[in-house]
Amino acid sequence: MQLSGGDILVQCLKAEGVELVFGYPGGSVLHIYDAFFKQQDENLRHILVRHEQGATHAADGYARATGKPGVVLVTSGPGATNAVTGIATAHMDSIPLVVITGQVPSPVIGSDAFQEVDATGITRPCCKHNFLVKRPEDIALTIKKAFYLATTGRPGPVVIDITKDATDPKVLVEFEYPKTIELRSYKPPEAGHSGQIQKALDLLVNAKRPMVYTGGGVILGNGSEELTKLVRNLGYPITSTLMGLGAYPGSDRQFLGMLGMHGTYESNMAMHECDALLAIGARFDDRVTGTIPEFCPYAKIVHIDIDPSSISKNVRVDVPIVGNVKSVLTEMLKLLPKTSKKIDKKSLDNWWQQIEEWRKVDCLRYDRNSDKIKPQYVIETLQGLLTDEAYITSDVGQHQMWAAQYYKFNKPNHWINSGGLGTMGFGMPAALGVKLAKPEDEVICITGEASIQMCIQELSTATQYRLPIKVVNLNNGYMGMVRQWQEFFYEGRYAMSYFDALPDFVKLAEAYGHIGMRIEKSADVEGALKEALAHKDRLVFMDFMTDPAANVYPMIMAGKGHNEMHLAPADRELA
Amino acid sequence: MRHIISLLLENESGALSRAANLFSARGYNIEALSVAPTNDDSVSRMTLVTSGTDDVIEQITKQLNKLVDVIRLVDLTESSHIEREMMLLKVKLPDSNAAAHLAQLTKIFRGTIIDASGSTYTVEVTGNGKKLDAFLDNMSANEIVEVVRSGPLGIGRGERALHI
Repeated sequence: MQLSGGDILVQCLKAEGVELVFGYPGGSVLHIYDAFFKQQDENLRHILVRHEQGATHAADGYARATGKPGVVLVTSGPGATNAVTGIATAHMDSIPLVVITGQVPSPVIGSDAFQEVDATGITRPCCKHNFLVKRPEDIALTIKKAFYLATTGRPGPVVIDITKDATDPKVLVEFEYPKTIELRSYKPPEAGHSGQIQKALDLLVNAKRPMVYTGGGVILGNGSEELTKLVRNLGYPITSTLMGLGAYPGSDRQFLGMLGMHGTYESNMAMHECDALLAIGARFDDRVTGTIPEFCPYAKIVHIDIDPSSISKNVRVDVPIVGNVKSVLTEMLKLLPKTSKKIDKKSLDNWWQQIEEWRKVDCLRYDRNSDKIKPQYVIETLQGLLTDEAYITSDVGQHQMWAAQYYKFNKPNHWINSGGLGTMGFGMPAALGVKLAKPEDEVICITGEASIQMCIQELSTATQYRLPIKVVNLNNGYMGMVRQWQEFFYEGRYAMSYFDALPDFVKLAEAYGHIGMRIEKSADVEGALKEALAHKDRLVFMDFMTDPAANVYPMIMAGKGHNEMHLAPADRELA
Repeated sequence: MRHIISLLLENESGALSRAANLFSARGYNIEALSVAPTNDDSVSRMTLVTSGTDDVIEQITKQLNKLVDVIRLVDLTESSHIEREMMLLKVKLPDSNAAAHLAQLTKIFRGTIIDASGSTYTVEVTGNGKKLDAFLDNMSANEIVEVVRSGPLGIGRGERALHI
């Protein structure tokens, strides 16, 4: 079949089963948009965002909720550079995206042409791989490679930069979409080494104070079910990173809450005191480990990860297992009953007794009777009104940590936030992507007045596609996390963290065609949330005026170990 | 410790910069780097010299291996190997005595004088880095006009080979 490059591109996306493309047109991609226009049908929809950053975050949200790759189409120059933040966000959290950027025609590359930027050069360090395509003949194979690379091994964003002449409607070339693909330089690992898996089990079964620590890799590797079975069979305590929440049910007794800088007392203490640690699909990030010399000082460490470069990168481990999480956990479940040594029940009981003592500290307590709206209370109340099917997205800062601490995620893929890069502005466009993927489920964006303004323009996208997400804006007037650090480490000099001017979010929401609500009293929180959730077909923007003095606790300060947490002091006014 | 690492790369645009960028992006040392196509047009071979603790070198090899363009990689330092580096040296000499000295020195180092134009001579010397350093030590600084070094190339001894 003879087709133009633009038509080939659209055909390829259809062949990959792509349902949604998030994008924004421009000069270099006009041929592609024209092909889209002609070939658009109900199986392949294009979602027009208001800013290319929004496109990447929306595609990212879609990918996190569904496990399928998100697809983005933007133009050259500013289109590509605007997309970079979203590409880097996906890269840090290993989210599969295929991002197509237009490029100026190949004969003028390098001439500083209008809207020319070296997109492959700019994105090279912040994507899994990228391609520059200059000929229509190369489009199909490149797209096949891109989807394969994005979704296999440790997933990640793949960028395809396509010159305008490669999609010229007047140039027709033979088209056939490759059925399979193999790359000699890329062989993602599958099964783990059986000997290592047995060694890991022996170590874990022999432990007196075992601990399981899991990350986003379990969710990405679709290993949640196996993880839950294994941890229940072992009867061991489990904690999770920010990215891994939901892989193991958050309401389960064995789950100790998140670990790390703002982790729970019981999780961090158990990490510090454990004698064997099973790390799964986690990368020993600095927000998790605290100071490395103090990290798990008594533990032998087993680490399962699909990426060999994650193993012993920050923390040296004793039993590395490179492999697909699902496959390794399945083998562990198979080998566990055959392991000769049995778990020492008495030691495990003692360990649990110790953990229950730590739990009694009640590190997430806050003043539930306050007249002021406590952000923690909004999140707890919100969860009370939702089922486990609800999807929660967040932006970055205090509200993100409170959501992670106070919302008990019981299912994987339902907690969607920018963990690695920490991108403010992620939450709302991501929620739109989720809502498009899951139209029947509640999608809530928990945000703050600082983050939401970084991609506020996407409220218009929500209007266009009638996406009734709910925005929970925890508005304390400050960049809360910045203010918290300034309070702790800069003697309360709040440099540039206070907004002297904020929009009227209620009117703003209304201006975009949505419902806006302002909630100023604690007593009104539950009623407002109920009212908002009752608007099934409308986007509701809830502006909660929260206590500006609220801080995120517990907190491990820089350079400290897991056993040196600061717990919440008695309630106080902000000086 | 100093390590010499050889890689086979897909001969595609961006492959070289991807490997080289890694070093600046992750703060690794890079002392020398050379790259050229092999007998197979689709494959380039890169040789790079780096240094670091064992942990750092382990990360460097893992991160390089993770690059989609890297087909195969070997840390030559892990076993017996041969290293060669080529140097082209241009000198300007004051008189025929100095020229005779240069000819003698070149013979001792098994180099070749490949160009002479008036009082300017160009010498080619091949060997390991230390040998080239030693040659340079014999020249006086005010005689040296230009030094070009290729960076080391390396190959494993015996049957050990890096190929697809």
